Amino acid sequence: MRLQIENMTFSYGDRKAIDDICLNVKEGEFVGLIGPNGSGKSTVLKNLYRALSPDKGTVTFDGENLFALSHKKAALKLGVVGQENDVPFDFLVEEIVAMGRSPHKKFFDFDTEQDKNIVRHALEHLGMEAMAKRNYLHLSGGEKQRVIIARVVAQETDFLLLDEPTNHLDISYQLQIFDFVKRLGVTVLSAIHDLNMAALYCDRIYVLKDGKVILRGTPEEVLTPRNIFDVYGVRSDISVHPATGKVAITYLPEALGGAKHSTTP
Amino acid sequence: MRAFVLRKIFNRANPDMRVIIFVLTAVAAVSMLFGVGLGPVKVAPVTVAKILMSRVPMIGGAIQQTWTQLDQNIVLGLRLPRVCLGMVVGASLAVIGVTMQALVRNHLADPFILGVSSGAAAIATLGMLFGVFAFLGEYSLSISAFIGAAVTIIFVYTISRVHGRINITQLLLSGVAISMIMDGVTRIITLSAPNALGLHNATFWMSGSLAGAKWGYLTLPLIVLLICMTVLMINYRGLNLLLLGEESAGALGVDVRFLQKALVLVASLMAGVTIAVSGSIGFVGLMVPHFTRLLVGGDHRKVLPISALLGGVLVVWVDVAARMLLAPEEMPVGILTAIIGGPLFIFLLKRKSKE
Repeated sequence: MRLQIENMTFSYGDRKAIDDICLNVKEGEFVGLIGPNGSGKSTVLKNLYRALSPDKGTVTFDGENLFALSHKKAALKLGVVGQENDVPFDFLVEEIVAMGRSPHKKFFDFDTEQDKNIVRHALEHLGMEAMAKRNYLHLSGGEKQRVIIARVVAQETDFLLLDEPTNHLDISYQLQIFDFVKRLGVTVLSAIHDLNMAALYCDRIYVLKDGKVILRGTPEEVLTPRNIFDVYGVRSDISVHPATGKVAITYLPEALGGAKHSTTP
Repeated sequence: MRAFVLRKIFNRANPDMRVIIFVLTAVAAVSMLFGVGLGPVKVAPVTVAKILMSRVPMIGGAIQQTWTQLDQNIVLGLRLPRVCLGMVVGASLAVIGVTMQALVRNHLADPFILGVSSGAAAIATLGMLFGVFAFLGEYSLSISAFIGAAVTIIFVYTISRVHGRINITQLLLSGVAISMIMDGVTRIITLSAPNALGLHNATFWMSGSLAGAKWGYLTLPLIVLLICMTVLMINYRGLNLLLLGEESAGALGVDVRFLQKALVLVASLMAGVTIAVSGSIGFVGLMVPHFTRLLVGGDHRKVLPISALLGGVLVVWVDVAARMLLAPEEMPVGILTAIIGGPLFIFLLKRKSKE
């Protein structure tokens, strides 16, 4: 077991954002967190990378108490792609990626040839080597996101926390980024907005609603028309796609007569 | 050919730091030489160089005295301490600007704009006129200015944080409000001043001027500048990461709370001792980091030393202008920097709102 969360609770002021969450991630798994807006997906992740600190509960990472580790030690084990990707200052793409090396650095350490190689490889992996000298400020949203992924690659951790990494990206970038993360072969816990994406890439899924884990299991177990209706209030049709072998969800909007569809509950 | 060489050195994507630092150090040295010579009484740069050389141990004796005693007194007693103070004050103000900009993650932070100068001035005036901090002895002015600066930074920072983020509107407005409050406090303190001499000193000091610089003024700001620069350079990665945002910085191994506290301390310490010797000179902390970033980008390993050098050079020359423009009258440096820096601030603000 790589990551084990037990009874984690966190409140913003009086409002309970997550309530008694239990969750675990095993070595090599790709685990998805899904749920409606405001269900607490981001809050769970933020409590893990310590942007927030939980009111209650324990988090064990590789057998150790995660919160007892120094920030630096934690950053050597856990790579994070958050939603905060604007840098209002003037940096080159390669400088942003090189920041992923900082947890490996002591005071007075300068970037070595090895660091530069790691940064170059990370950019090559994402097909961004030509943009190394471009100004990060002037990139498009999809390009920025790829740079941030390159940064987490340069960080060289084998566990990634991703907070809706493909938000606001067009479909080619969404697939590209998830494909890339999958190819890294690392353990992943990711909040995912799009259920079809979750079905394509996740080994297991946790469903959050109102700050509680209400469902857990493989995509096939979790993504059923009844569950989707219970959680999102949307009617849908589920099939296993012959090409991918994965669950594919077709939504049946009211306007198209979805309410009358035979397979819905 | 020459353009090619220049482009190779001052290339934003890959600046040649060694050459840039060397050129700027040379520019700083030349500026100091000219700065010492220029004023209501002019002394030729060659003479300045000779007078300075004659003071260097070992080789000093070999220099023939070809200058008048008056020149020597002006150079060594009046101008040189003033120019050196200008370098130190300029460098400090620029580095304070860089530090505050990393702290609030915004280009527009400057000790003057965010009311830190006013806060330092208010508490310092209190000390100056009523002797509140007299028990601290020689350094009472610096320490009281430091307290004022620290309190103001913490206030402005706390007020402008909304949901864990610095809100730019809140930041600028709270800066304005706090500097008005602090200016009001200063006014009340000066109006109720018990003695006229103290009042005269305080008014002169507050206008932001390097006139009346003595060698003794130099020690504390220089030591503080060197210590703070070292602390900042050691943490240059942390400063870079803070610009990504608190969450990303934390995820990349920075103890954000600790670093922010350290930055508040460093910025207020430097602001306090600088303002204690020069009064409030505005906009240097805004202008210099801005041009530095245009030159070498945002990496603090480059931004910190280059800002310090550029800041020193800028203040030395603005101070030359301050004593030349209305000679023999002195003009406060703060007025000139405001006239140059104000429009740049408006320009940056306009560009910011377009983005």
